[in-house]
Amino acid sequence: MNDTVQAKPQGYYESLFSIQAVEFTLLDLSLYLLTHPMDAAALQQYSQLSQQLKELTRRFEDQFGPLTHRSVGPNPPYGWVATPWPWEV
Amino acid sequence: MTSPVQQMPSQIKSYQPFAGPFDPCPPMKVRVYSTPPHLYLGFQPPGLPQFGPYEALQHGTLWPALYSPWKGVENE
Amino acid sequence: MWIYEKKLEYPVRVSGCNPNLAKFLIEQYGGSDGELAAALRYLNQRYSIPDSRLKGMMNDIGTEELAHLEMIATMVYKLTKDATPQQLKAAGLGEHYVNHGKDLYYENAGGVPFSVRYIQGKGDPIADLYENIAAEEKARATYQFLIDISDDPMVNDALAFLREREVIHSQRFREGVEILKEAQLHKAYY
Repeated sequence: MNDTVQAKPQGYYESLFSIQAVEFTLLDLSLYLLTHPMDAAALQQYSQLSQQLKELTRRFEDQFGPLTHRSVGPNPPYGWVATPWPWEV
Repeated sequence: MTSPVQQMPSQIKSYQPFAGPFDPCPPMKVRVYSTPPHLYLGFQPPGLPQFGPYEALQHGTLWPALYSPWKGVENE
Repeated sequence: MWIYEKKLEYPVRVSGCNPNLAKFLIEQYGGSDGELAAALRYLNQRYSIPDSRLKGMMNDIGTEELAHLEMIATMVYKLTKDATPQQLKAAGLGEHYVNHGKDLYYENAGGVPFSVRYIQGKGDPIADLYENIAAEEKARATYQFLIDISDDPMVNDALAFLREREVIHSQRFREGVEILKEAQLHKAYY
């Protein structure tokens, strides 16, 4: 099996970066919420960003393949091994 | 030594290390160390201004009040 | 359990083949204040720390440290993957190469294998939190030293991100101490 990874298609890095940005915001907010569980505005923001991340992830995975096992599609090739590993992109 | 990003209080402190008469190397006149903002913030107050998602990722934090740059000791 | 996401927390790029820099970065892979030590320290403490918020802190920060471990591994991998044995030898990685080839290994920059002695679980919530605050500050200092010594601006960009995360984690652990200082844990919601 040839492990050489081709240059990524148009929009790959932009799309990935947008997911990383929103997911990071959620991560930092989630650590804040551990010590501020009654902050309603932060919870509201968390909920909105979660929806945004779902949509961004769905769009990325439709175009470039699964980011988690759970979103592997029904047709070959098995998407989990057909897409590059994070240290290869 | 150039000045770091100016915030109150400064994130960089400096001191003059001891220099002896028989030191083998030319003395370093100034040493610096970092005092990031979390040392001063206390329990984070709600509603602090935020970066947008891209800026947050690039800074490593959602909150400018907790941002601490480090450009290398030669540049601090 | 954990579910893997096939992406990095923060994009990692390097400017070129640079085994010298890789050797230094290994400090944060398997060194005393590195990301492996941090992840194992926090995930191990979560079982017995009082208060659900503090359990969450140990769980979630410990999990984020695994993502940082993966970022350091990615840097080391990229900086060494195309280096020749002679280049590795010149970078002081000859001993690493004869034992591990191109594999990564949990060791510090001096080649000392990872030891669980680097971490502590004292079974006292204040002692554990102060241990963690100290660990974050030591890791922050290590990232500063790595940025000082590095000659790759692209690596420094990712190192600055990792250093900032130490600041945030320290902030949360400090808030954890404040929570513990409250007499009635279940009432101490801010």
